[in-house]
Amino acid sequence: MGEKVLMKGNEAIAEAAILAGCRHFFGYPITPQNEIPEYMSRRMPEVGGVFLQAESEVAGSNMVYGAACAGARVMTTSSSPGISLMQEAVSYMAGAELPCVLVNIVRGGPGLGGIQGSQADYFQATKGGGHGDYKLIVLAPASVQELMDLTITAFDLADMYRNPVMIMGDAILGQMMEPVIPGRREKADLPPKTWATVGAKMRPKNVITSLSLDPAKLEQHNFNLGKKYRRIADEQVRYKTYMADDAETLLVAYGTCARIAQAAIDMARERGLRVGLFRPISLWPFPYDALQQTAEESLRVLTVEMSLGQMVEDVRLAILGTKPVHFHGRTGGMTPTPREVLDEIERIVEEGI
Amino acid sequence: MKKVFGRPEALTDVPTHYCPGCTHGIIHRLIAEVIDELGVREKTIGISPVGCAVLAYDYFNCDFVEASHGRAPAVATGIKRTLPDSVVFSYQGDGDLASIGAAEIVHAATRGEKITVIFVNNAIYGMTGGQMAPTTLPGQRTTTSPRGRDVESAGYPIRVAELLSSLSGVAYISRVSATSPANVTKAKRAVRKAFETQIQGKGFSLVEFLSTCPINWGMSPLEAMKWIDEKMSVYYPLGDFTRVPEVG
Repeated sequence: MGEKVLMKGNEAIAEAAILAGCRHFFGYPITPQNEIPEYMSRRMPEVGGVFLQAESEVAGSNMVYGAACAGARVMTTSSSPGISLMQEAVSYMAGAELPCVLVNIVRGGPGLGGIQGSQADYFQATKGGGHGDYKLIVLAPASVQELMDLTITAFDLADMYRNPVMIMGDAILGQMMEPVIPGRREKADLPPKTWATVGAKMRPKNVITSLSLDPAKLEQHNFNLGKKYRRIADEQVRYKTYMADDAETLLVAYGTCARIAQAAIDMARERGLRVGLFRPISLWPFPYDALQQTAEESLRVLTVEMSLGQMVEDVRLAILGTKPVHFHGRTGGMTPTPREVLDEIERIVEEGI
Repeated sequence: MKKVFGRPEALTDVPTHYCPGCTHGIIHRLIAEVIDELGVREKTIGISPVGCAVLAYDYFNCDFVEASHGRAPAVATGIKRTLPDSVVFSYQGDGDLASIGAAEIVHAATRGEKITVIFVNNAIYGMTGGQMAPTTLPGQRTTTSPRGRDVESAGYPIRVAELLSSLSGVAYISRVSATSPANVTKAKRAVRKAFETQIQGKGFSLVEFLSTCPINWGMSPLEAMKWIDEKMSVYYPLGDFTRVPEVG
């Protein structure tokens, strides 16, 4: 275990990538994640890596596509409007089964929106974003330590499943400073990249493409992707709970909102209310079964998000109408306070809904 | 018996899907011959575009990546920055490179990426059925300029070689055609020089081919060759474009 250091969330992501062996970073400036490319521009030359400021997120994400084709551990980072521009490359990388790590430090939208923290890109991250049948693995850290640890994990998951992995943070997580213990990469048993286009030396040529003009072949490719996604859903569900065992009211929240919910839960417990938290860490695969089991004894569920209500649709799918699923959300860069979450808890408890 | 003519090792032994009279086939062969002559097939990675040459990876016998529309220079950048000792070339049409990919080609060129771009300019969108391209000549009829390209509303064709030659990261740019044996010989020399420029680490290199599209131009293969010589080569003059020296 290393020593504790004080780090900004965005810098923890950048250093985690270095620790994970990422030596190729392509990015384009956008607030509130600029600390990541700035950190990489200093750090990459020190470790013999490549930092390149692209002319756009469109180009940057396609440089990631190229580096991934060449077998590199590669990352790009951005914030909401920039992530929208990357959806073309994301779809191509998912289609061509290329490993890479994408970071979205989410800000308020739609459009140019604002620069304060938000969770309104949940649908884009977990339900598609780009065109076609595909899935990203989406991880939602809730602390600077988790930003570091999950970024390291993300690189291994990408290589393990040959799939893009997204770290979904927000402006608050990216900007906050917390003590962290620099993570260490566990030795992962990863498949060799025999598919990479590194030159056809002593072997037949490798071709990387997402084109398949024969619909029967493309369908088969999609079936194969589906099989992989089901395997990921079986193997990579991540979540945590807090005081959920005896909770009559179960809160569901991720990232920054999970921390706010936790503070509200502490206040509610002081008032004798039995409230707990279910925190999805993998937004895809979403922990449907675990949430259903955790909520089994609860009377009601309250989802808290910094959006108009996006994850709440998955929460409802997990609960399947067996009990009320309430929603409390702030959006546009506004953050719910523990006090207002507590008010909502008290209201639904009092009303018995 | 000595074999004096055969298929280059860098080409696969399959028929191409290109239309009769289209010069994609000649251009493919010239690239493959150069790859063979330079002995770099085993460290070459090609990038195919979206457009008629999207399936180029079926025809070249080297590692290949298919890029999204216009992004080949960005993909090439990612590959070359990962494998600096490799030989990376993109193969792009005029819609791909000069329209949707205009930003990517300009910035790859100005960064001096050590890649080679083969730019096939046939003044039209071939694959999608003959729509107006950024390179369509003034007055030229296409399916989206049925009365001929009107520069008042559609603007002027882009001269890519001239445009990029103003950038300091560019080490070699040439415009060629494959309309005669003499032009094919010159074209091959340009392709070879472009690949050598990359291998020597001098910077960005590009060869613009004026190429035929008899089907969408509504011409016979011979008429199409003539149209390049008599019309296209006037708007797009052939030859090398001198690199602008770095200032300051």
